[in-house]
Amino acid sequence: MATEARQDRSQDSWVAPQARRWTRDRVENRVFGVLRWVVIAGFLIATLFPFYYMGLLSIRGLDEVIQDPGALWVSPSEVNLNTYTSVLSSPDSGGQGFLVFMRNSALIAFGTVGLTLLVALPGAYAVSRLEFFGRRQISVLFLAVYLFPSILLAVPLFVFFTRIGLRGSLSGLLIVYVSQIVAVSIYMLRNYFDTIPQSLEESAALDGCTRLGVMWRISLPLAMPAIVANGLFVFMIAWNEFLFALLFLVEEREKWTVSLGLSQLAGSIEIPTTVLMAGSVILTVPIIVIFFASERLLTEGLTAGAEKG
Amino acid sequence: MSPDREGRTAASAEPASPGPAPRGTTGRKPGPSLRRSDARAGLVLISPTLVIVVFMVVLPILWTVLLAFQPLSLLTLANTGLLGTDYTLENFRTVVTESGFVGSLVTTLLYSVLGTGSAIVVGLVAALAVRHAFRGRTFVRAAMLLPYVAPVVAATFVWRTMLDPQFGIVNHWGTRLLGWDEPVAFLTQSSSEISLIGIELSVPTALLTVIAFEAWRSFPFAFLFLMARIQAIPATLEEAARVDGATPTQRFRYVLLPQLLPTIAVLSILRFIWTFNSFDDIYLLTGGGAGTEVVSVRVFNYLTARGDIGLASAQALVLAAILAVLVGVYLRRFAPQEEKT
Repeated sequence: MATEARQDRSQDSWVAPQARRWTRDRVENRVFGVLRWVVIAGFLIATLFPFYYMGLLSIRGLDEVIQDPGALWVSPSEVNLNTYTSVLSSPDSGGQGFLVFMRNSALIAFGTVGLTLLVALPGAYAVSRLEFFGRRQISVLFLAVYLFPSILLAVPLFVFFTRIGLRGSLSGLLIVYVSQIVAVSIYMLRNYFDTIPQSLEESAALDGCTRLGVMWRISLPLAMPAIVANGLFVFMIAWNEFLFALLFLVEEREKWTVSLGLSQLAGSIEIPTTVLMAGSVILTVPIIVIFFASERLLTEGLTAGAEKG
Repeated sequence: MSPDREGRTAASAEPASPGPAPRGTTGRKPGPSLRRSDARAGLVLISPTLVIVVFMVVLPILWTVLLAFQPLSLLTLANTGLLGTDYTLENFRTVVTESGFVGSLVTTLLYSVLGTGSAIVVGLVAALAVRHAFRGRTFVRAAMLLPYVAPVVAATFVWRTMLDPQFGIVNHWGTRLLGWDEPVAFLTQSSSEISLIGIELSVPTALLTVIAFEAWRSFPFAFLFLMARIQAIPATLEEAARVDGATPTQRFRYVLLPQLLPTIAVLSILRFIWTFNSFDDIYLLTGGGAGTEVVSVRVFNYLTARGDIGLASAQALVLAAILAVLVGVYLRRFAPQEEKT
């Protein structure tokens, strides 16, 4: 380093001696200037490659994968989309029945979104706007629920639903999801309601609107961006959820969600990995689409929701 | 709580409002009847949530406490009442004396401390790398959040396939390019010997792999928060330090890092709680084998495979209690520091 610095100075000394000297600042700026791009490239590879690999394996034939596991691309002539038909078609016709799993996942996810919003919207409005007995305690309770270990909750719910015979029903699972998500949902929505100036609601109230009228006509439309973001957030949680789906639905294949189906079939030797990769793609794509379509909305909602925890 | 304060400033900053109208009863003085009707409306609106949370979260957890004191299994469940009759400390005695539980507790601690730490460090590096605008930054940012939003089942499945000793791509290129002697069984080998500069080391392979997965999967969460914090730091601070001749590392050490510490503190506690309880990742990657059995996976196995409800509840409770103690100690140590900033 020292000789390098001297060389550099002797070569360039006629330009601008002050500016060209190898100070610590200059070295660091250089190093970090380069390092930054190396790091960004590294992160891009680390985060994107697994998903690229997922897509790649899903369109290659199993034999080709075994012959050449290190291939990083597939030539157009080798593209093999049979994996998708195989994973989607029903078990009777030799497939894996992911179409049914997708229907179950969609039912549960949309149901959770609808029910959660139905319950959380009035709740969030109340916590944000209305002074009632125990409001503070309720906020604390919700935060506690949010941070609670789900495995601890899994034990009694599993036992209880086994006992009353509701295990294995989609609606039972739906209620479990709503109960776990509603606290976070209220937390996020409440923060948004807090930012809506109250003067708007007051003027509506002066014009003769009732509390419910104010909520329906003023606060709800204003909170639409937050509601949409929250709905998407809930959808992603419900679509991705695994533990409770496993505990509740594992016995009946007809009721499996995509997550559960993939995890259950992943262990079997008979099903080619490439077919299951097609299943992963089917599981992941809806989430990625939602995410990229709403990235800004979601990240703002996420940080706003938890920043204040 | 800060949301209150935030809400108030937002409302009073509104110039159009004639009287500053903060939340609830603090600013405007509603008459007694209005206040009463507000209180009633509030309770009505919150009650559906409350009912669901009480019946589906609070009561079940209280019930777990009862279950933990009973010798209960899935087979005898049908014959026992909701509250049970014969209470005993047997489950807890088994939990404490059995070596398996303590071992898996140590694994859980290792996993959550290292997982949390590496996720935050990686997230910080990512946030620093993309803090200044460049072409395509939005895309890079979105890409970095992918591991966090992607379904855990799909992510673990891809990792398992990539790390497969037979036709996994990591071992394929590792043996060809990096000169590995033989494929590494990342997820099924509990320890392996590697020689580093002539020193033979025993490394817990599978545990390190699941920790790496945890870092990969949850660094975006840290990244998101640190990024938001970094953007909120006034540029003048760093500018002043730069004018005074501070180099990039010095600016990071003495200007940026102190600003980020409160966020890092909050992050480490949130991530620690979630990692400490996490079940999905390890269950899906190794099934709890090869020295990666964390307590939550163990609880799951006791519950489903053995059907031993009593022991499962007792272990889950001990897990929650330890978590509560750790979090309590942490909050006591760091909470005052956070409030100052």
